[in-house]
Amino acid sequence: MRTTALRLVAAASLALAVTACGGGGFEEKKDSGGPTSAEGKAELRVLIGSSGDAETNAVNAAVDAWEEESGNTAVVTNSADLTTDLSKTFASNDPYDVMYIDAGRFATYADTGALYPYGDDYENVDDIYQTLRDTFTYDGDFYCAPKDFSTLALVINDTMWAEAGLTEADYPKTWDDLAAVAGKLTKGDRPGLVTAPSRDRLGAFMLEAGGWIVNEDATEAIADSAENAEALGYVQELLNAGSLAFFADVDAGWGGEAFGKQSTAMTIEGNWVKGAMSADFPDVDYTVVELPEGPAGQGTMLFSTCWGVAAKSDAQEQAIDLIESLTSPEQQLANADAFGVMPALESVREDYAAKYPEDAAFIAGAEYGTGPVSLPDFEPVLADFDSELAGLAKGDPQAILDALNKNASAALSG
Amino acid sequence: MSRSTGIRGNEKVAGWLFVGPMIVVLGLFLVLPIFMALWVSLLDWAPARGDPFSGGGEYVGTDNYRSLVAVDALTRTDFMKSMRNTFYYVLFVVPLQTVLALFLAVVLNQKRLRGKGFFRSAFYFPSVTSSVAISMVFLFLFLNNGGINKVLSWVGIDGPSWFSDANGVFHLLLGVVGVDQAPGALGANGVLGLSFWEWLAGPSVALCAIIVLVVWTTAGTFMLMFLAALQDIPVEVDEAALIDGATTWRKFRYVTLPQLKPVLFLVLTLGLISTWQIFDQVYVMSEGNPDKTTLTPAFLSYRESFVSQNWGTGAAIAFVLFAVILLLTLIQRWVMRDKDEPRRRRRAEVPA
Repeated sequence: MRTTALRLVAAASLALAVTACGGGGFEEKKDSGGPTSAEGKAELRVLIGSSGDAETNAVNAAVDAWEEESGNTAVVTNSADLTTDLSKTFASNDPYDVMYIDAGRFATYADTGALYPYGDDYENVDDIYQTLRDTFTYDGDFYCAPKDFSTLALVINDTMWAEAGLTEADYPKTWDDLAAVAGKLTKGDRPGLVTAPSRDRLGAFMLEAGGWIVNEDATEAIADSAENAEALGYVQELLNAGSLAFFADVDAGWGGEAFGKQSTAMTIEGNWVKGAMSADFPDVDYTVVELPEGPAGQGTMLFSTCWGVAAKSDAQEQAIDLIESLTSPEQQLANADAFGVMPALESVREDYAAKYPEDAAFIAGAEYGTGPVSLPDFEPVLADFDSELAGLAKGDPQAILDALNKNASAALSG
Repeated sequence: MSRSTGIRGNEKVAGWLFVGPMIVVLGLFLVLPIFMALWVSLLDWAPARGDPFSGGGEYVGTDNYRSLVAVDALTRTDFMKSMRNTFYYVLFVVPLQTVLALFLAVVLNQKRLRGKGFFRSAFYFPSVTSSVAISMVFLFLFLNNGGINKVLSWVGIDGPSWFSDANGVFHLLLGVVGVDQAPGALGANGVLGLSFWEWLAGPSVALCAIIVLVVWTTAGTFMLMFLAALQDIPVEVDEAALIDGATTWRKFRYVTLPQLKPVLFLVLTLGLISTWQIFDQVYVMSEGNPDKTTLTPAFLSYRESFVSQNWGTGAAIAFVLFAVILLLTLIQRWVMRDKDEPRRRRRAEVPA
């Protein structure tokens, strides 16, 4: 009966015990400069949080090819709960050598010294989109190479679009356009646009208005700006007009599900929506267009996962070699075919665009997208903002932003 | 105590030998980890910072505890919200599940009831099913157009969107009589980071769904305890009361219930402890949403540690929760003490 609290204590202590049992002997490897290298054949362990069998198989195949070529070995483990497993592995003295690190959590790990920043040792660094390089830079160091990336765009149901008497010329270019078409597409209980009450979706509007949560150097909170208030005010208008709803209001788990079930005519989602649509809702015809411009121009959110190298790994050189092979232009194009992700490298942009013309709106976002706020201690701040956004329809945008600004400032100084 | 000589001379050694393994196991997996966690709650520590017992992590004294109660920032607001939510949750769950369990047990204890075995299994069934599986089923039941709202619509009630409704039920009740804004002083003033109006919100609609779930799942277990105790009551006492002319209600109130007191104490204690630690349902169903009205200390502790990598704060929350439970259990013991015989040792009465 008292298991839960004990379980928590036990989990925490297990993490400790693992650290404690390893005993001494381990020294900070950062000081020695340069990556560690295994003597002879390296045996790497790789931890991934796969989106499904297609991704797991593709990673396994790529790792097998690297083993063949390099003579080292690598074992891939797929984690069902990556956040928890990462905590466990970083607590041990013999962690996984290579692992998926989410862009939103990356700074938390970088800040605690869990990751080895291999930017200087990674050859193809200039080919990575600048926006992504910024996302995975903490304290001036580029930490890890993205495996792929996603952006947000507007996904439109073709049938409903035509039913409402709209044509290709009506694809929204501005906020006013979006409000107009969302209104036209709203029919009874069915809102024209459905998305998530989250900074990862509504944040795009803040960017389009010229605002954001922190300044460019991530040194100061600028959440209470007039630009942000304008963005949230716009979203609030749509909500109160009934043309925008959040996914829970239409009994869906996320925007893509609401869109697939035809509970809405439009949604704002990333390119992962493709996989969900072809797997679960193959009969729905849709078009993807770029998000409309706001008062300050175009803006979208950028998401990515990078290949991190553990600071405690004793074969960092080999790990970086593996990552270079896993993120090579050819491999990223192969991954695009296998599980529908977008390559994070500029050099293969043309190839990708030629092969997947329907993704033009997503890939265009690489130019002007902004990654999630990734700073230590920001998780609860952003979670709080999300929960406030859920009540935006009745809330006061400026009050929500003031609270966010206060919390963000506290987290930045703490 | 006699000296350890004579034919019982080696008993002491043998005794320690027998309990030795258990002491080692308990010490290694229970006592030691608790002290390790206590140490971590005084540190600014994350797993990657290295061994906390040889300099990994920075010693911050009671800062982690202060951030929970004394520093006006997000951590305190979150923690206080979680305490408020869990307080209302316990306030509703413990009485409801106890009364329901007692009622079911009394019904099943009827001599003339047919199909007793079937009902006993049926009522107990939710308790042996995985709480994660039950949570998933309830998620579907409580959808906007799910089973619960369908049934409500038959009687003309437009059901709420359960898991996205953050309104507190006390606020909703006040709304019925026209008070839908915080009356001046309540909204403007507050304590510990929440306004009085927020403190008095009551459980949110989403939390109510979880309350229903938990009452339904745990009543079965406690029903079994009551049932065992009811079957222990000698028939003669019952019959004597009947001969004296007691009505069914009076017999239950003045004859049966007093004899159930030790079990009642057990059920309330176990209920109090387990409800304060609610985690599984929140983790599976709501993750603290909507608007943090299903946030609980146990879930917050998990989130602070595993997600935010503030393991010190996470550990501190666990210890504050422990203190709260301990305090409430002591209060409950004091309230339920045997007032007729204040000096009697109660140890023998409490089944473990």
